[in-house]
Amino acid sequence: MELLLATAVGVLTASGIYLIMRKRTFPVILGLSQLTYAVNVFLFATGRLALHQPPILNKYAEVTYADPLPQALVLTAIVISFGMTAVIVMLALSAYLSSRDDRIDLTEEPGDDA
Amino acid sequence: MSLFLIVALPFLGAVFPALLIRAGRNACAWSAGVTSALAFVGLMINLPAVLRGEAVTARLDWLPWLGLNANFFLDGLGFLFAALILGIGLLIILYARFYLSREDPMGQFYTYLLLFQGAMVGIVLSDNILLLLVFWELTSLSSFLLIGYWKHLPEGRQGARMALAVTGSGGLAMIAGMLILGHIVGSYDLSVILQNKELIQASPLYLPALILILLGCFTKSAQFPFHFWLPHAMAAPTPVSAYLHSATMVKAGLFLLARMWPVLAGTPEWFYIVATTGLITMLLGAVIALFKDDLKALLAFSTVSHLGLITMLLGFGTEIAAIAAIFHIINHATFKAALFMSAGIIDHETGTRDIKRLGGLRHLMPVTFTIALIASLSMAGLPPLNGFLSKEMMLEETVHTVWGHSHLLVPGLALLAALFSAAYSFRYIAHVFLGPKRSDYPSPPHDPPVGLWLAPAFLVVLVVTIGLNAQAMVGPLVKVAASAVTGGELPYFKLKLWHGFNTALLMSTVATIGGLILLIMHGGLERVWNAMPRPEAKTIFDTVIGTLTQVSRVITDTLHNGAISRYAMIFVVFTLAIASYAYFTGTMELPTRDVQDAPLLPIVAWFCLISATAMLTFLHRNRQLALVLIGVVGLIVSLSFNFLSAPDLAMTQISVEVVSIILLLLCLNFLPKTTPVDSSLTIRLRDAVIAGVAGVGSAALIYAVMIRDFSFPTISEFHLANSYKGGGGTNVVNVILVDFRGFDTFGEIIVLGIAALVIFALTEAVLASNVRAYLLNRKPEWPQSGDAHPLMMVVVTRVMMPIALMVAAYIFFRGHNLPGGGFIAGLVAAIAFVMQYMASGFTWAAERQRIFYHGVIGSGVLIAAATGMGAWFNGLPFLTSAFGYVHLTPLKEFELATAALFDLGVFLAVLGAVMLALESLSRFAWQPGMVTEHAMDINPKRDDPPDPNTDQPASEGEA
Repeated sequence: MELLLATAVGVLTASGIYLIMRKRTFPVILGLSQLTYAVNVFLFATGRLALHQPPILNKYAEVTYADPLPQALVLTAIVISFGMTAVIVMLALSAYLSSRDDRIDLTEEPGDDA
Repeated sequence: MSLFLIVALPFLGAVFPALLIRAGRNACAWSAGVTSALAFVGLMINLPAVLRGEAVTARLDWLPWLGLNANFFLDGLGFLFAALILGIGLLIILYARFYLSREDPMGQFYTYLLLFQGAMVGIVLSDNILLLLVFWELTSLSSFLLIGYWKHLPEGRQGARMALAVTGSGGLAMIAGMLILGHIVGSYDLSVILQNKELIQASPLYLPALILILLGCFTKSAQFPFHFWLPHAMAAPTPVSAYLHSATMVKAGLFLLARMWPVLAGTPEWFYIVATTGLITMLLGAVIALFKDDLKALLAFSTVSHLGLITMLLGFGTEIAAIAAIFHIINHATFKAALFMSAGIIDHETGTRDIKRLGGLRHLMPVTFTIALIASLSMAGLPPLNGFLSKEMMLEETVHTVWGHSHLLVPGLALLAALFSAAYSFRYIAHVFLGPKRSDYPSPPHDPPVGLWLAPAFLVVLVVTIGLNAQAMVGPLVKVAASAVTGGELPYFKLKLWHGFNTALLMSTVATIGGLILLIMHGGLERVWNAMPRPEAKTIFDTVIGTLTQVSRVITDTLHNGAISRYAMIFVVFTLAIASYAYFTGTMELPTRDVQDAPLLPIVAWFCLISATAMLTFLHRNRQLALVLIGVVGLIVSLSFNFLSAPDLAMTQISVEVVSIILLLLCLNFLPKTTPVDSSLTIRLRDAVIAGVAGVGSAALIYAVMIRDFSFPTISEFHLANSYKGGGGTNVVNVILVDFRGFDTFGEIIVLGIAALVIFALTEAVLASNVRAYLLNRKPEWPQSGDAHPLMMVVVTRVMMPIALMVAAYIFFRGHNLPGGGFIAGLVAAIAFVMQYMASGFTWAAERQRIFYHGVIGSGVLIAAATGMGAWFNGLPFLTSAFGYVHLTPLKEFELATAALFDLGVFLAVLGAVMLALESLSRFAWQPGMVTEHAMDINPKRDDPPDPNTDQPASEGEA
């Protein structure tokens, strides 16, 4: 289980970072989303993995619970990252519509950044 | 009056001139004047206590753990300076009212002036060196605004920038020096520091602290070699020059020298640095002043020279020299401010302040002449005026001063400076007022209205009366101020005009006669002076600044070329470098947790995730496909949350996923549908390697975390234990969000609301630009569906709407005890509305919208805030929640919690933010003529039913 999750985080991170380093707005947005998944899962996993132990208190039995704190933090992180994605989507769109160009670097010729 | 109020008054009053300028220039000036006068009166109330030798204090602990406290104290020295600042400030306000022309924005002027005044009063009354530094920087900034007040003049802007650069960098040095000083003593309170002379002077850090503090003082007080900014600051309006550059700001450095005198003075380092700098400045300023043709430049260099004189006196480190310094501060403020104002009058009335174009004004401007005559004779040091007294004391002191092993060096150079000083003072009279009348003045000179000459006249009266009766006028004040400087008992002294025939009188006579001779020889000397090569300070300064700008531009441009891909790369590589350093130098504990077995389901999900990510990364150029794939990734992430005991997360993730994909789809509608290849294969490989290493790193890190237990107990136990008892809910995650960490959530919904408003504002801005025309005329790239709003979908979404809203309500209400809550409910409700937009079109939905989303966001935040504030009424901190159980007969027992109200705020804010974001984006797509006619477009609540009595074709058509 742990290994599956760790590799998933790794792959998501790598994909996110690779896409963020592209030179058009759209892949960068995709990359940010991927990186958001990776970071959220990462934070969530710092509470350690638990199956069938949701942090819903059981009044009738003594059971163990998954760590609720990372869950609460990640929940707000998910919502905030939506807000962030929406803003950069809007920026990207405005920039494209204003300049008819969706390249993100300000260099004169496309792709001359070594 | 409390010292707090005295300091605060100018700052508070600074608002009024800016506002009252609408009521006219007089109201504006009065508001400034009354403010200053009130502060002045408040200060004067403290005069008896100060004269008794008491120190008035006002203390307020502000940030005690930083040593930064709002402590003020008023002793003789502070009183003297505050009186100068506020008293001369009043005169300047009067003078400026008549000086500024109709075109000048007077409200701004007085606002800046009062800000400056407040900052200056703050400096002289501060009992905390950190607070003092804050005010110190404020004077630099407000003087920048004042010097550059005439924004249209390039000299003004350049002068302001130069003054800010020089005094600002000096200020930085002083901050460092003060911090060292505070470090040595262990306190930032001046009253404590001043008690620790031995400790400070014995410290090895004494010299660095001294040099740094002196840098601050010398730059502020225009001491050599930093004197060059002062003449350039003369581009300011004359009231500013008279106020800042003669009476107050340039004396701030002297004030600090005097303030720190008890702990810093008395060492050879102090003597040689301070006294020598003062001596050089005094001589240099006097010599240059003689050859300046601009009246204000002459006065500026004369000010430099006199500041040097006072610095030198403070540098001597003896009590009598300190008395002389204090006395000369008063005298210089009176005669120099009067002279500046007279120069302003001449400039104002004749249209020039070039000495070469003036002369013979004696009969044309008799009042101005009288004022200028008395003030400049005082500056020259002639009896019976006040300048004579302090100059005598200065000369007397130099005679007793030994520099190196020379007894003659200091008195000799001081005599030379006094001689030049007399010469330029005489020149101010002779070349401006005496001589024949001319016929070529730029405008016909005459005396100004009384408002303009009243202030300098008052100062000149002081010059004479202090000169004639010094002991009675200012004796006690000088005594308390000087004893505050020396920090102890003073030797007996009496300020008087006649000291008998002594060396000083002889030197004065020589200086006066020599000055007259120099004036006669002025023409010849000037030719020699002009032929001499001289370093031009402004050129050097501009070169230095230019080079610095160039260097920083090269550095900035190299590091910041505007490509985010590059920043991202630098960031990732740097993070990796730090992480590997930590990995290779740290130690790892052994794993303490067992790895759990993976059932088949997660393995399948893992394969889906990995393949979707891989496809996304390799096929991202096909943007629509990429969107589908990222949707798959998001789905699997939500499922994993559910699988791993986080139902709340799963529900949030999946609903966010829906709105995000809709958002991206809307956006992609306008963007190109493919991403072209921009980078070479090498670059892509390089990026892939970096990304790969980062991926491996993060995987290894989280794996290492997951197979180990917490190294210390977490606070989660507290939350689990208190969720039901303290928060009244069994869903711990929700209780954390709305109760334990409610303040975080409160901040978060505000951020979300701001993000939505930013999106709205961007949309407004873009749609107001020429982009709108492009959008309206845009042709679809791909063939569009024949039916934009399929009937089936329209019907289904409308039927679904109440159900979806009910689900939202259900999720909302159960949130406290079961998975759900305001965040998720808000997202679900948003999806319910978005479905209507998608199925029936933007126009249809917008027509039926009664409430604007801004209002929804706002009410959400307000409800959350009001809930939080409700706790105050119970005497509890913000956001403390309360809950209770209610039993109504037909129903089962249920719970009422204020947290639910807070969650309602969260719900509304999330709903409003998501809707505002999506609605803004869909406004881009609106084009005229998009309304399609079909059965479902009939609004059952139509406001204007077709009138059967009219035979208009349109209404017939609809019927």
